[in-house]
Amino acid sequence: MRNEGLKEKMGFGVLFLATLVVVVPVLSIVVLILVKGWGALSWKFLFTMPLDGMRAGGIFPAIVGTFYLVLVSIAFSLPIGVMAAIYLSEYARDNALTRTINLAIINLAGVSSVVYGLFGLSLFVVFLKFGVSIVAGALTLGIMTLPVIITSTREALRAVPQSYREVSRSLGASRWQTVRHTVLPRALPGILTGAILSVGRVAGETAPILFTVAAFYLPKLPTSLSDQAMALPYHLYVITTQIPGIPEGYRYGTALVLIGLVLVMNIAASVLRSKYRKKR
Amino acid sequence: MTAGRPKISVQDLAVSYGRVQALKGLSIDILENEILTIIGPSNSGKTSFLRCLNRMIDLDLQARVNGSIRLGETDIRRGLTPEDLRKRVGMIFALPIPLPLSIRDNITYGPRMSGLRDKAGLERIVEESLRAAYVWDEIKDRLEQPALKLSGGQQQRLCIARTLALDPEVILFDEPTSGLDPISTAKVEEAMRELRKTRTIVLVTNNTKQAARVGIRTAFFLMGEMVELGPTEDIFTAPRDQRTEDYVVGRFG
Repeated sequence: MRNEGLKEKMGFGVLFLATLVVVVPVLSIVVLILVKGWGALSWKFLFTMPLDGMRAGGIFPAIVGTFYLVLVSIAFSLPIGVMAAIYLSEYARDNALTRTINLAIINLAGVSSVVYGLFGLSLFVVFLKFGVSIVAGALTLGIMTLPVIITSTREALRAVPQSYREVSRSLGASRWQTVRHTVLPRALPGILTGAILSVGRVAGETAPILFTVAAFYLPKLPTSLSDQAMALPYHLYVITTQIPGIPEGYRYGTALVLIGLVLVMNIAASVLRSKYRKKR
Repeated sequence: MTAGRPKISVQDLAVSYGRVQALKGLSIDILENEILTIIGPSNSGKTSFLRCLNRMIDLDLQARVNGSIRLGETDIRRGLTPEDLRKRVGMIFALPIPLPLSIRDNITYGPRMSGLRDKAGLERIVEESLRAAYVWDEIKDRLEQPALKLSGGQQQRLCIARTLALDPEVILFDEPTSGLDPISTAKVEEAMRELRKTRTIVLVTNNTKQAARVGIRTAFFLMGEMVELGPTEDIFTAPRDQRTEDYVVGRFG
């Protein structure tokens, strides 16, 4: 009996240690970035152009660039991903073609991001002649997030009880009306969750923008979608490894802004989501 | 009250799911202003039959349907879209399934989907259908509340009202009281008797007593075939077929 109790305690102890191993790095990263980066934060850092080969001044263009990339890529991938998911889950029959498409989507999610970057370079930058530009980078990022959006949207649609569809159809609603008025409103919170996940990924990825949009040093704001732009993750890479003599606070400050930006967008989307939940 | 002319004529209706034959070719006329109750054990084909009448069976991709069904003079497969058919032949499900909307939006769902936008008209439909389903007095003061907050019995009458909002000629009830208490059941049955005056009703039920209470005619289904069809009283007091008798006295099922 006592032996069992001891085993139980040891079991829980091991599980607790495993949890600790997960939490400690996350916490220490956040704390490290906060401690080392907080001092660098200032209005000047956030809202002015970099000076002196990025050794002074601010990171405003990188913030703006990342913001644009997130907006444009989500504006592209969210509608397409959601429409594809609706087709696959509400319309498509289970046949060889749909199964192949499903397989493709699953595999797309596993492709490494640098491969997306290469793909974006050859398709958007070179073949479609968009050049190194926001639109090329945003489309590359958008394609990268499509599997995430499609998968999460399908999960959200699947979670809507089949009986709601039956009732709606029995009341003379067409298939599309049923999707539009009964299924989608129920699935919206789940769809938004997928969109939130994608925002975080788009803002943080470096490899897909490396060849398609990111500028090493461009101390002015982009004026159109065909301009190059700086972006936070690439800027972080540049000032960490490529330029000597950058103050440490600048690096951690940039990381802090990147994390903060994603956090702000996540909170905004969560608020939107709970608003939709309450409406019902 | 005597029932009238055939409202729905079913000819040689057969339904199969893959290799399983659920209905083996049956023909029946459902008469205007009658309550036809269909009794039988599970897997007898009752629900498949019902779902053929408003083509809800089309939603099941496995199902294969043969035979012809006419509503009045119209073949329901050739002469009508499924949407138009379902507006004329409404359906009440075994479990009350309010949509996750307000009470009012549940009632107006069907009319809105058919393109009705007129506010006063919708308002009138809400009151009329809730009254006809015997639930108006209980819920008239909270039409904006989520329908999911109502009790089970109220939900099922709300669902009846929602179907009535489309003013269907025929209403199909698929074991509508299987999850309800006796008082709610009585109210639903009362609604059915009242509705029969202006509409045709088909009721599938596992509860033979309910069939005896509300049916004008009763059909006994067994393993995909209609064993017997007759006035409800005859089915329960003087069945012609031994299997019918065994079922109604409770020897199996």
